[in-house]
Amino acid sequence: MKINIILFGQLTDITGTDSVMLEDVPDTDTLMNLLHQTYPALSQSKYLVAVDKTIIEKNTMLTDNCTVALLPPFSGG
Amino acid sequence: MKSENTSYERYQRQIILKEFGEASQQKLLQSKVLVIGAGGLGCPALQYLSAAGVGTIGIVDDDIVSISNLHRQPLYSTFDIGFSKAAKAKQHLMKLNPDITIYAYNERLTTENALAIMEEFDIIVDGTDNFASRYLINDACVLMNKPLVYGAVSQFEGQVAVFNCQHANGDAPVNYRDLFPTPPKDGEILNCAEAGVLGVLPGIIGTMQANETIKLITGFGKPLINSLLTYNSLNNRVYEISLSAKATTQSLIPNTKAAFEAMNYEWLCSSGNTRFEIDIATFNQLQNNPDVRIIDVRELEEQPLPTGFGYIKIPFSGFKEKTVSIEKETIILFCQSGKRSLQAAQWLFDTFGNQRKYTV
Repeated sequence: MKINIILFGQLTDITGTDSVMLEDVPDTDTLMNLLHQTYPALSQSKYLVAVDKTIIEKNTMLTDNCTVALLPPFSGG
Repeated sequence: MKSENTSYERYQRQIILKEFGEASQQKLLQSKVLVIGAGGLGCPALQYLSAAGVGTIGIVDDDIVSISNLHRQPLYSTFDIGFSKAAKAKQHLMKLNPDITIYAYNERLTTENALAIMEEFDIIVDGTDNFASRYLINDACVLMNKPLVYGAVSQFEGQVAVFNCQHANGDAPVNYRDLFPTPPKDGEILNCAEAGVLGVLPGIIGTMQANETIKLITGFGKPLINSLLTYNSLNNRVYEISLSAKATTQSLIPNTKAAFEAMNYEWLCSSGNTRFEIDIATFNQLQNNPDVRIIDVRELEEQPLPTGFGYIKIPFSGFKEKTVSIEKETIILFCQSGKRSLQAAQWLFDTFGNQRKYTV
């Protein structure tokens, strides 16, 4: 099972890339734990999570080839 | 009769669009839009809203035009430097379209004045550059049930959304706190002054805000209600996600005028903290003292490099790991705007207490 993760704004400074691919992650809670282990600074950051272009509020099951987007708040104007 | 003809001519190119027509023009002329922040986002929004014939426009900004604004705020000229943005914006926009009414509020939006100002308008456009104002505006819009056209930028990316607006499909209105319930800590997210911005990007995002506003007023097209659009100017990628209201959001937003006025948004976003700050005279006294260590907490590539005093660089991103080895009585921290250095000072104070002095 392939999971695509895309990152926006300054989150890409933490990961060094705007996309990451992971295999066999069952749900968003597991995915976040994995990402926070790999990129500890991510756990200090604020962002919203969207699965296949829909914002999620609680743990969500992931499906093959789905896209999880992490979007931080922007303040600039 | 003559003025009606010139008025028709002014808007003729949009009136002849079959989706738009005379009826939409009348709606625009009767509408009242408040643009908060006349900066990178506010300038293009104001220009297009004025040009399109939004009948009443309010401009809130307490800032003055500075030379570093001009690359992304081309509403202003070099001759405007040092003058009120709200007043200068009004002056230029009146030349662009003398048929509309423009109110300039040369003041900062606060919990004391926000409700009175916003009450006079139908739609609010957020063109501010800080989280304290963004949360204040969001909460006021929810309290007053006013549509909010949101826009924000960060380096090469921008966000646009329409909040607090009933979707045609009946979904509950979404507001900013459904996305980000509470503000990030100060310094966690950099603003334009700290992170930099290419002038065209707020131009694009501010223009999109004007477009969303015009669609909301006239009712044609599909505004970004309950959607967040992200635009990346480096690769032209657009990513749009659907949003939904959260049950827990309502408890975060003041539900009466009195509760709103009692909110402290500056504190919520921990900006405006002056306890660690020193002035330039104190700095000049301290800079050559051997017991003082001066630290630049900006990232390694940030410019300009200061001259005239000795300092070391400890970028904010790795600050907490590298500061243990500093053996000095007094530490002076600096960055671009003072936000990151303030957060670093707060962290030093929280970690090491009063054994050392920390000043920004």
